[in-house]
Amino acid sequence: MRYLAKRGGLFLITLWAALTVNFAIPRFMPGNEAAAVLATFRNVNPAAVHALDLEFGVNVHQNIVQSYLQYFGNSLTGSFGYTAQGVPVLHQIVSTVPWTLGLVGVTTVIAFVIGTVAGILSAWWRGGRLDALLPPMLFIVSTVPVFFIGLLLIYLFAIKLNWLPFSSNYDLGATPSFSLSFIWDVIKHALLPAFSLVVVTAGLWVYSMRNNMVTTISEDYVKMGRAKGLSSMRVMFDYAARNAILPNLTGFAMQLGYVLGGAIVIEYLFSYPGVGYLFYTATTDHDLPLMQGLFLFYTLAVLICVLLADLVTAAIDPRTREA
Amino acid sequence: MPDPLLEVDGLTIEYLTDAADVRAVEDVSFSVGAGEFVGVVGESGCGKSTMLFGVAQLLSPPGEVTAGRVIFRGQDMVKLSAGELRHMRWRDYSVVMQSAMNALNPMKSIAAQFKDALQAHEKLSSAEIHERSARVLEMVGIDPAHLKSFPHQLSGGMRQRAMIAMALLFTPQLVMMDEPTSALDVVAQRSLMSKIRELQATLGFAVIFVTHDMHVVSRYCDRVLVMYAGQVVESAATENIFERPMHPYSRGLIDAFPTVTGPRRELVGIPGSPPDLAEPMSGCRFQPRCPVAMPVCAEVEPELYAVDSSEVRCLLYTDVDRLERRADG
Amino acid sequence: MALPVPGSEIAGAEVPVGGDAPAPRATSRLRRAIRGNRKATVGAAILLLIIFVAVFPGLLAPDSPSAAVYAQDASPSSAHLLGTTQLGQDVLSQLIWSTRQTLFVTLLVSVIATFLSMIVGVTAAYVGGLTDRVITVIIDVFLILPVLPLLILLAAYLPPGVTSLTIVLCITSWAFQARQLRSQGLSLRNRDFLVSARVRGERGLYIVLREIVPTMTSLLVASFLSLAVYVVGFAASLQFLGLGNSGQLMWGTMLYNANQGAALESGNVWWALAPGAAVALLGASFALLNYAFDEIGNPALRRIRRRRRARPTA
Repeated sequence: MRYLAKRGGLFLITLWAALTVNFAIPRFMPGNEAAAVLATFRNVNPAAVHALDLEFGVNVHQNIVQSYLQYFGNSLTGSFGYTAQGVPVLHQIVSTVPWTLGLVGVTTVIAFVIGTVAGILSAWWRGGRLDALLPPMLFIVSTVPVFFIGLLLIYLFAIKLNWLPFSSNYDLGATPSFSLSFIWDVIKHALLPAFSLVVVTAGLWVYSMRNNMVTTISEDYVKMGRAKGLSSMRVMFDYAARNAILPNLTGFAMQLGYVLGGAIVIEYLFSYPGVGYLFYTATTDHDLPLMQGLFLFYTLAVLICVLLADLVTAAIDPRTREA
Repeated sequence: MPDPLLEVDGLTIEYLTDAADVRAVEDVSFSVGAGEFVGVVGESGCGKSTMLFGVAQLLSPPGEVTAGRVIFRGQDMVKLSAGELRHMRWRDYSVVMQSAMNALNPMKSIAAQFKDALQAHEKLSSAEIHERSARVLEMVGIDPAHLKSFPHQLSGGMRQRAMIAMALLFTPQLVMMDEPTSALDVVAQRSLMSKIRELQATLGFAVIFVTHDMHVVSRYCDRVLVMYAGQVVESAATENIFERPMHPYSRGLIDAFPTVTGPRRELVGIPGSPPDLAEPMSGCRFQPRCPVAMPVCAEVEPELYAVDSSEVRCLLYTDVDRLERRADG
Repeated sequence: MALPVPGSEIAGAEVPVGGDAPAPRATSRLRRAIRGNRKATVGAAILLLIIFVAVFPGLLAPDSPSAAVYAQDASPSSAHLLGTTQLGQDVLSQLIWSTRQTLFVTLLVSVIATFLSMIVGVTAAYVGGLTDRVITVIIDVFLILPVLPLLILLAAYLPPGVTSLTIVLCITSWAFQARQLRSQGLSLRNRDFLVSARVRGERGLYIVLREIVPTMTSLLVASFLSLAVYVVGFAASLQFLGLGNSGQLMWGTMLYNANQGAALESGNVWWALAPGAAVALLGASFALLNYAFDEIGNPALRRIRRRRRARPTA
């Protein structure tokens, strides 16, 4: 319990740090960049302009501490200003999230399964062909920047073979509905981006899983499992893998930040209109409030996942449950 | 003489690595009769644990049995397939390891660990499983309420007993123990040892007991194997080893352990250290440290020579002249 | 640790720590180890090749990278091995000339970040107490904050260019290995050779520089290598998104230009794939070296020679 309290404290501090970074950026922005931001917003709506003024500390009769506190208060109540189009930032993010959630959520689960199983098997059959080929291959693949995988896939499957589309999340003329053809359209558009993400994420996971398994396998209780005459499968999963995965869960959640970053690049590459693409367009539009909101969003997402991983670890590991 | 329960013949175990092949156990032969309590002693690194796990067919890569036979219940275990071995495991022989904290799965309750052993070999109802588990726990003096506990919730002594209880789930004929008392304090050790002896008397299983503690050996073992540098250097009944140790190394071991009773005498250690098993060796492996080494010991490797009911690997007990003549000619 | 799993450090997992004595002459051992380990050899070979290209671009590039005189969007031919860009520049020359700046930024950031990591980590370990706890929290915060979003946020509002790139990359990378370095610092604090240095009356700074740092060499090298893998990728990603200076000669900016110029669709494939492959290659070389370094340092991870077919391990 105390551990979770400490973690909770860390999360709050991280959130505070993210908010502070957000607050500091407009204050310390070089002049010409600031001008570009303000220019973008000039003709939108008065509320947006006013919110920006507050951020930059212009035309406002407050000292910096008061502004800081006000910024905090605003954030806590969910008012993050307006985008360059005049839409409330929170609203914009929330309406875009589902697409990214689907893409990243599904790929992460798939990558987790593939990576875990591959890591377990290659450690179990050490010295076999799987162990010789798979980890180095996946390791290399995971260190290759994700957009390169994306580029290759686009070239191969979309352009050369023309099997799959490589832009947007559904065909331009289609209207969203729950029909099968639309769903299939969505899936088709998501395949290449998803595949790129899976390849990179699974690669990350395989390596650390395999190393964990190798260490766990040398433990006495695994030998004892064998000695008891349990089947190989049983020992591998119930005694080795189960104990090997646990310390990795939190680490994996921590790497989610990296995965989300990769998703940004992939969404840009494939023009997939998720949160990452939103971040990109916000950058080109000089849309500061949206960027700040998105940064906060990403930080929160990682924190939630790490917290979840911690909770799951605590729930599963009997050593953390005291009678 | 009835057939021995277990017969180990010429067992050789090597670690095959990219760098070098290390022969951890060389040409070990011994047998264990039904209900016998056999101790295996030697200093760290002499190969006794490796030998034990080799006999139990529990070696991990890169360790492998490269020669010899292990005849148990009429079959050579080295030649058996994994499936056939699995059949025998735990039912006919079981294993107790040094540290229960490491040997018991930290994520499973005691009951769960007993259960998977039981279910691996027999079809039992959950009532039967519970009953059997409770019974073995009672046998070692643990309240069956602890079945629900996890290993980290038990004390060190209790964990060790639980491990022994687990080993007796199928009342096997042979239990192999690798230093089961080393992780305990002296009082707990004594308590555990007498419990083991008591169970052995009741259930009649044979024990191979690997240890470096000569006291335990002197009190509980029927026979003793002394190992050095991967080989058996002396094999004898307990009284013989302690009263008339034959091999200079055994003598050194016995001399190094004080007794509470008996005359005060100067403790003598064995100077030097065991040889590096990765390096090639010639002659007797103990020769560099042996207080009574003869020149021929550096050249001729002694075999296990029978002396009365014991065996000893020392040139003192053979016709050296005959050997020298053979070497020259 | 090759691939960083920063979270596992926070979660309290143990870090394999280096040797017991001050680092002996490890260079000859290192050379032998590299030659013996296939991954290391390949990685080192690739890296050396890239360094060579970076140092002598004039020798290898057939053209000036900015000469926009050729046919636009040309496919690969004998005159232009990798085709030309939308502006009629030779892709191969651009690729070669971009090597220097790319490699320079990568190495600079990695060195600075590793150095910062070390200072912070060792200070935290050596000073201990409240300072240590505060530093640890700061490190943890930086490790949780998502890197690319932070990079984008910072880079978007600094003037585009190599300096900004270097700065923002250092800001996000310094915490990377700080935890591991702190762990090793902690374990070294009371080692005999350090105690003897203290007893001899050496001052703190001397101890840090002349005794602790040499012992940490292997961890520092490992940190540098694993950091470099990520710096390569992040730098290229940032530029790919358009946050670099598109006029500058780096692989990332080439990728940006290629994407903006719809290289893949217009059939001018190599304009996009070549710099991407180059980035991948550089990253892979560091990764290979790191992987091999891990294996050399931790024998448990090495390939096991098999006499027969693979058997289950336990």
